Amino acid sequence: MADVIPYNREEKSAQPPSLYMPYKSTEFRAPKQPLVILPHTLSEVTGPVYGHGRVLPIDADLTKQHAGEPLGERIVVSGKVLDENGRPVSNTLVEVWQCNAAGRYIHARDQHPAPLDPNFSGAGRVVTDAEGNYKFTTIKPGAYPWRNHPNAWRPAHIHFSLFGPSFINRLVTQMYFPGDPLFAFDPIYQGIPDVKARERMVSRFDMDTTVPEWALGYKFDIVLRGRNATPMED
Amino acid sequence: MSKQRFGQTPSQTVGPFFHFGLPYENDNNLIVGDAQGQRIVVEGRVIDGQGEPVPDCMLEIWQANAAGKYDHPEDTQDKSVDRGFHGFGRCSTDKDGIFRFHTVKPGAVPGPGNTLQAPHLVTFVFGRGMLKQLLTRIYFEDEAHNVNDPVLGLVPNARRSTLIAGKTGPATYKLDIVLQGNGETVFFDY
Repeated sequence: MADVIPYNREEKSAQPPSLYMPYKSTEFRAPKQPLVILPHTLSEVTGPVYGHGRVLPIDADLTKQHAGEPLGERIVVSGKVLDENGRPVSNTLVEVWQCNAAGRYIHARDQHPAPLDPNFSGAGRVVTDAEGNYKFTTIKPGAYPWRNHPNAWRPAHIHFSLFGPSFINRLVTQMYFPGDPLFAFDPIYQGIPDVKARERMVSRFDMDTTVPEWALGYKFDIVLRGRNATPMED
Repeated sequence: MSKQRFGQTPSQTVGPFFHFGLPYENDNNLIVGDAQGQRIVVEGRVIDGQGEPVPDCMLEIWQANAAGKYDHPEDTQDKSVDRGFHGFGRCSTDKDGIFRFHTVKPGAVPGPGNTLQAPHLVTFVFGRGMLKQLLTRIYFEDEAHNVNDPVLGLVPNARRSTLIAGKTGPATYKLDIVLQGNGETVFFDY
């Protein structure tokens, strides 16, 4: 069997280190031994591209999963999943989850004394179309406190999980909102070494996808690793 | 090497509250029908640098079927996909840090050149306190191919055992994943 075509390696300045002391719980969860450099084999360049179960239209509208409307600012989040060469990543599963407008997760272990919203669970799934586009409707999540350091607050964010065309494309990230004053104080956001790369996680307000009389639009494109373009393609 | 036009989106932690957000059909059970091959349980515990179990991790595995075939367009081997088996599984650790997958023993798969890779599970570990996921592999102690496996061959001899699950029952394999410290699991830069 011919050797596989490897994917690009991690862009070190754009990806966080395992140990980042300002984010306290990294202290005992970061490996201390050097990572072993792994050439990509068939095991890495393949991955679960089929059979993620049924994804329903309701899964893409987090405001319609209960009898009533959730409280908060209704938003439409859309964007494109692409690789480093700009090629769309089609038909890939995007999973999202978030807290409610008050900054409270439905999760049983979230003890933040902000109200739960009986009309909001905060989880959704979409599959990208042939051009790599995805879209879902939700409400804008709130900021919330956490115990990393005194008076620590997370900037409002939506968690994203993506699969892509191979298992090494697997990406879990967070989408932020433009101009959040908490960026400067958030060690999770600050954990990305390159300041410009951090901004790739910040969505932008978009009037074109803002639905009149209904919801504000935010755009968030996600870039997965690509493979080296051959000279033929340039 | 060509310069890429678009920069990679950075990774961020899955956080502590992912469970409700990442439901997955069949979850830690990869057997979805009349799967070929030996049915096995792969279990273990995730342990942190203080020796404590990690109760809020998520593991994901990707593996070939019993014949050594990945259900993916780039696996061009002349072998059949097994419709009774799904090569991907996801499992959250419980309050004691324990994970458990119900699957089939994968077959050997091609490696670089003319090598053969011993049966293994490609394994990602996600969790609070982990800004990006860690990649490791789970091999099986009763596989003769381990000694010639090209990836195990990249790992210092003294640390190889951290990737090899012990056989603890007729169809049960156990491997703890140690994030840091004594017996630290080998993780890969990929």
